[in-house]
Amino acid sequence: MKRPGALPSRLSLRLAYRAPDVRWASAARLWQRNVANYAHTWMMNILPNFFEPFFYLLAIGFGLGRFVESVGGVEYARFIAPGLAAVSAMYGCVFDATFNVFVKLHFDRLYDAVTAAPLTPEDVVAGELLWSLTRGLLYGVPFVLIAAGFGLVHSPWVVLTPVAIVLIGWAFGTIALTYTSLIPSIDLYSFFFTLFVTPMFLFSGIFFPIETLPGWAQPLAWFSPLYHAAAMMRELFGAVGPTDPLAAAGHGLWLAALGALLYPVAPNVFRHRLIA
Amino acid sequence: MTVVARASALVKRYGESREPAVDGIDFSIREGECFGFLGPNGAGKTTTMRLISCRARRSGGVLEVLGRDPSLEDRAVKRELGVVPQETNLDDVLSVEENLVVYARYFDISKEDARVRARELLDFVQLRDRAAWNTDALSGGMKRRLLIARGLINQPRLLVLDEPTTGLDPQARHLVWEKLRDLRRRGVTLVLTTHYMDEAATLCDRLVIMHRGRVLVEGKPAELISEHVAPQVVELVAGDPPVLEALVNAAAPFARGHEVLGDRVVLHVRDGSALLDALGRTDARYESATVRSATLEDVFLKLTGRSLLE
Repeated sequence: MKRPGALPSRLSLRLAYRAPDVRWASAARLWQRNVANYAHTWMMNILPNFFEPFFYLLAIGFGLGRFVESVGGVEYARFIAPGLAAVSAMYGCVFDATFNVFVKLHFDRLYDAVTAAPLTPEDVVAGELLWSLTRGLLYGVPFVLIAAGFGLVHSPWVVLTPVAIVLIGWAFGTIALTYTSLIPSIDLYSFFFTLFVTPMFLFSGIFFPIETLPGWAQPLAWFSPLYHAAAMMRELFGAVGPTDPLAAAGHGLWLAALGALLYPVAPNVFRHRLIA
Repeated sequence: MTVVARASALVKRYGESREPAVDGIDFSIREGECFGFLGPNGAGKTTTMRLISCRARRSGGVLEVLGRDPSLEDRAVKRELGVVPQETNLDDVLSVEENLVVYARYFDISKEDARVRARELLDFVQLRDRAAWNTDALSGGMKRRLLIARGLINQPRLLVLDEPTTGLDPQARHLVWEKLRDLRRRGVTLVLTTHYMDEAATLCDRLVIMHRGRVLVEGKPAELISEHVAPQVVELVAGDPPVLEALVNAAAPFARGHEVLGDRVVLHVRDGSALLDALGRTDARYESATVRSATLEDVFLKLTGRSLLE
């Protein structure tokens, strides 16, 4: 019998990059299952993930913002809104791809039922990733609309924010699924959130430009996926000047590459966990 | 007759250092029959089911399910397979009916067909009036019936059931048995594991008895009983050990075989009352005597030895 939680003993490190063998039509079936499930629980889900960044916008953007003269000549709420849209999208996918997926894998044994049907572990991860992107859109796009309602959007390039949010979901979805696949205990998420998500939230140039960080810390921000997510959104919002499409594309590419790099890990580990 | 699953020298090892969970077994399951894997916990039954249903990769030997190798063509095999797991893994936020419809979609069954099949299957497992219920609200027996319905959603050629009645109360067990016999009559091939001898005897056309990863015997329940034990069993309860010893010495010559179990002696005989008559003519004494027909349990105990099970 499989010991739940134990890391697979025969997990071999493959250096050659190999994209997982996914049947996307099957992955979409798991996505449909998540939609059916979400239809029952969205009221409980949407509150923390969506309203949290929204409250930050109200409290910090419009509240604290009255005491902040401006950031580089830009009204404070206008400066932080795009970053908070990125955070909203990030939370949307990260909360699902961590706790929810862990519970489905270890406690509900949902994937045991799913892999008894024609889906493979690779299809399962792909389905969860698709769902992760969807959640990013569900939380990110309304935030963009609200920000637009407050007059915080100043560029027609904002129509590309859904594409940007998909890239944000791709990067954070693969990060979260990779972490979820590897940890043996649900308690280890405290490290993920307090040592990764929260510092990223605070120091990725959302509330203040990273140029105000000490010199040694500035290059570190470049390694933060949320820095690129926020910077990309800031370009598309036209928040601090006219949109620079190339800069936005550069940040998008950074996120796409990170996701692509991590993507094969979770399917491999899921296979070892689900198919003994 | 068509063979739907076949194994030869099948081995499954979960780790190099550990003893194999399945240690070189052979079996061949024919279309339309109910085939049982009988054995105590840890015999390798669940592992065998996981090998058949493509959720474990074999470490050695040959395995063919529905004409395919499960480790090479898992999607194709699983498309024609139904699985009823030992542990309940229903989608507990979804309703009873949604559980079936969502599961049907995993097989690319259209939404319309899924709804029709879900209703038919809910009728079959007598859960139609619970269709809108949350699965949390179902009893253990109802959950098991829902799992059976779910396993049938793709009209499988082979239905694999891992301990379908473990943990159920007697009424619920009998209802599950009735449904499984009904399925067999409809021509569905069933493979099940159980550690209940009566379940194996009532459901299975043929079975294997497994112990420590190996198959000890294979056959029809009645044949196994007649081949391995005498048709009747006499159980005599004696008092003190010296009395028991005298009793065993007196009774054993009349029996084909015997086992001493605590304060009892179990004797395998052709005719139980003849043995008691014969004993009456000796000076052997006993507290009580029970004569009954031999069951699979006697075969099982004879083959595995009671001490090994403890």
